[in-house]
Amino acid sequence: MLTEKGLWTRLRTRLIFTGPTLFAFATVMIIPFLYGIYLTFTNWDGIAIDQNFVGWDNYIGVFKDTVFWKSFGMTLEYVFITVVLTNAVAFLLAYAVTRGMKAQGWFRAGFFLPNLVGGIVLGFIWQFIFNQVLVFAGQKMNLTLFSTSWLADPDKAFWALVVVTVWQYAGYMMVIYIAGLMNVPKDVMEAASIDGASNRKMLARIVLPLMVPSFIVCIFLSLQRGFMVYDLNVSLTSGGPFKSTEMVSMHVYEQAFLARDYGLGQAEAFVLFILVAAITLLQVYFSKKLEVEA
Amino acid sequence: MAGQSRILNWMKFIALIIVMILFVFPFVLLIVNSFKANQAITSDPLGLPSSFQFDNYVNAFDKMGYVSAFSNSLLITIAGVLLIALFAAMTAHYFVRHKSKLNQYLFFLMVAAMIIPFQAIMIPLVKIYGSLSLLDNKWSLIYMYIGFGSPLAVFIYHGFIKSIPLELEEVALMDGCGRVQTFFRIVLPVLLPTTVTISVLNVLWIWNDFLLPSLVLTSSEQRTLPLSTFYFYGTYTVDYGPLMAGLVLTLLPVLIVYLFAQKYIIQGVMQGAIK
Repeated sequence: MLTEKGLWTRLRTRLIFTGPTLFAFATVMIIPFLYGIYLTFTNWDGIAIDQNFVGWDNYIGVFKDTVFWKSFGMTLEYVFITVVLTNAVAFLLAYAVTRGMKAQGWFRAGFFLPNLVGGIVLGFIWQFIFNQVLVFAGQKMNLTLFSTSWLADPDKAFWALVVVTVWQYAGYMMVIYIAGLMNVPKDVMEAASIDGASNRKMLARIVLPLMVPSFIVCIFLSLQRGFMVYDLNVSLTSGGPFKSTEMVSMHVYEQAFLARDYGLGQAEAFVLFILVAAITLLQVYFSKKLEVEA
Repeated sequence: MAGQSRILNWMKFIALIIVMILFVFPFVLLIVNSFKANQAITSDPLGLPSSFQFDNYVNAFDKMGYVSAFSNSLLITIAGVLLIALFAAMTAHYFVRHKSKLNQYLFFLMVAAMIIPFQAIMIPLVKIYGSLSLLDNKWSLIYMYIGFGSPLAVFIYHGFIKSIPLELEEVALMDGCGRVQTFFRIVLPVLLPTTVTISVLNVLWIWNDFLLPSLVLTSSEQRTLPLSTFYFYGTYTVDYGPLMAGLVLTLLPVLIVYLFAQKYIIQGVMQGAIK
């Protein structure tokens, strides 16, 4: 414990050390967050200087906005599929590149590559692949699956988003799983292998239970990223065709900044926050129960 | 037995190579096509270029306003990353070394705020800073990054500082160093590995961020690289050659940095997740 004499000196130290961070944190996160709650009860259009207090109207509006719930339902589906696939692929990759194989470092670097690039650029690259490359290959080789662009078909466009998301995030989660795998104590593994446990049995009985913390982190991260997907949505499908792939985050943006209904947009953003917070906290709570000590 | 397992190992190795190709191929395709003429791209997107079209690059470089977008991105990323690290380290240090109720509440508030998604803040943020005429300014954006980035950075530093022995600082204080001097001379150097981790995470985030800059920076000369890529692509949809070249130009700085700092980047992500 470090303490100083004198109220003024203490206050000065506190201000120097925590002032800038706390001031920025308060003015960028806390005040806008609280002000945002207030905005959900108003009808600001983005231009007028004043806004009127409208009570619960916006929240009633959220429940009446069928497009919001449709896109929320689709986002749930997207999140569920991408969380499962991303983590399955990531774990398999991590498992494969920690077995002492040649060129492991190269593999890791390659799998991580997409995470260096923003969603906007990745979306444009894949737009080119879906619209040009796969269609070209599909027509050449008579593959009906690819002979028309996935992005022109509402169902396939959804799967295009899934494919790119898994491709993008698997490498990131892989890195976290690698860290988890390397933390599995060597002596426990050796003891098990002396006792005659097969590889598969060691994976199921020792590695997976000890990896629960990594799974918690990765599922938490992929849940958050899935719910908030925006960049990729904008650049790969821009919500199309016919708004069929407009994820909830994009819907909120359009509602506020394009339809100029900031009150309703903010109310939707706030409902989204409550739902996502509830889901992620439940996930962390239940997976913490699975944790074991090494 | 031995022969069989060797074949199995080879099969695994080849499977990994196939997966690796799936991960890297999109980038290779992009680079190859960026040298082709528009007609060659649409008629055979998988073919190699017959003649190299450097015009694509000249065109993209010009139309994207590459120099200005790149220097904006660079300034915002460097200033943002350095300021987040410095301020967050000081705050975390203070929180760990002065264990009062108030500090515990403040720390808890910062950690709890991490689950607030950006989408829940963006509308009031634009309204507040718009009414203060603080939009369309790079420094406002950097300031916002400090606000959004500090909770995670404080959290990671906090975990690390707890493990540093206090004696080091006490000796410095007794020798007559002030608080600030002790922090900069003794504490900050010890924090270097954590600073690398935090910087890696923040560089990846700030350099590639799209939504926040798109809301804050409205005029074209303020644009960052992701923003200018977006507008360039939006207004140029017919001519694939320059588009591909533009995307490569956006990728290039990242690829160059990755080539040299690969180990730190992967390690940074690893460390950041464990804490």
